[in-house]
Amino acid sequence: MKKLLPLLALCVVLLSSFALRPAAEGYKVGDKATDFKLKNVDGKVVSLADNKAAKGYIVVFTCNTCPFAQAYEDRILALDKKYAPLGYPVVAINPNDAASVPGDSYAAMQSRAKEHGYTFPYLQDETQQVARTFGATRTPHLYVLRRQGADFVVSYVGAIDDNSEDAKLVKTKYLDNAMTDIMAGKPAATSTTQAIGCGIKWKKKA
Amino acid sequence: MLRFRFFLASAAFLLAAPGFAQRVAVLKFPELQKRLARPGDTTYVVNFWATWCGPCVQELPDFEKVRAAQAGQKVRFVLVSLDYASQLDKKVKPFVQKRGLKSEVLLLDETDPNTWLQRVDKKWSGSIPFTLIYNNQARKRATFEQPLTAAELTAELRKFL
Repeated sequence: MKKLLPLLALCVVLLSSFALRPAAEGYKVGDKATDFKLKNVDGKVVSLADNKAAKGYIVVFTCNTCPFAQAYEDRILALDKKYAPLGYPVVAINPNDAASVPGDSYAAMQSRAKEHGYTFPYLQDETQQVARTFGATRTPHLYVLRRQGADFVVSYVGAIDDNSEDAKLVKTKYLDNAMTDIMAGKPAATSTTQAIGCGIKWKKKA
Repeated sequence: MLRFRFFLASAAFLLAAPGFAQRVAVLKFPELQKRLARPGDTTYVVNFWATWCGPCVQELPDFEKVRAAQAGQKVRFVLVSLDYASQLDKKVKPFVQKRGLKSEVLLLDETDPNTWLQRVDKKWSGSIPFTLIYNNQARKRATFEQPLTAAELTAELRKFL
């Protein structure tokens, strides 16, 4: 019991610090991203360090159930097709609490990835800790990471483009513009953009 | 007989007409911004929502309840739909009518949130529901990027009244 007490105290401190942490925090452009280990729909555990050839990643917090995420699904597939050969593959992460959104369960993720032919990992953030660390608040919510030595540096945060309803009506491709700069070794001229999305379904606090 | 039927049909239409009275005004961001900046000592509760947003739809009855309970106060409720303008007749108007929403409902007709989101509030990261309570004369303002229950909304509103 004596040994347990400090551990319990630590747990309480940790839990309360999470609870008090405002959702708006998280990574800003220039921050180093902490690597993670999340389970892919194929059952394998994926982390950023795994892909040694990657120059970086396009990390997308997305899900099965949000109409906005669905509207962008084809565009996310297109991003992987375009940028994976250039060294920046897509990594999709579903942060929604499957207990409150059954449509975002691991099994549902597996079938969506299969039906829609995902060419990239689709990871379940079961504890939602990765989404919290990134500061993701909605789906879809994008982060471009660029490898610098052993680190992955956040180089872009925000939207894919300026029209969620219709890809054909897009005037500004925010992500493409940022990627052009990032791949040229420059900071993105517009490195943060705002978008609307479905709020991440956080687990109910016990 | 035919005439009578016609009369019945028109009467039914006229009786139903008040149901259509609930309009959804479509506006662009500069107009919304003007409204948000409107001086005066009225407290506004502005809720950003969409028919496709589950948690938004879920909290709307609570907002309506609080609005009804605060009817005697200097409070106005405005529900700003972020549905696509193309869904106005197909989704938004039928929704407003079916739910019998009594608050003022607007539809913000803008495609690129990057041009306006931060001008509503710097703290807004873009998820909905998002609720803004403000009183410009008192220079008071509070924002909530999360669903609110009737009790939570009432408690927050009390700080303004």
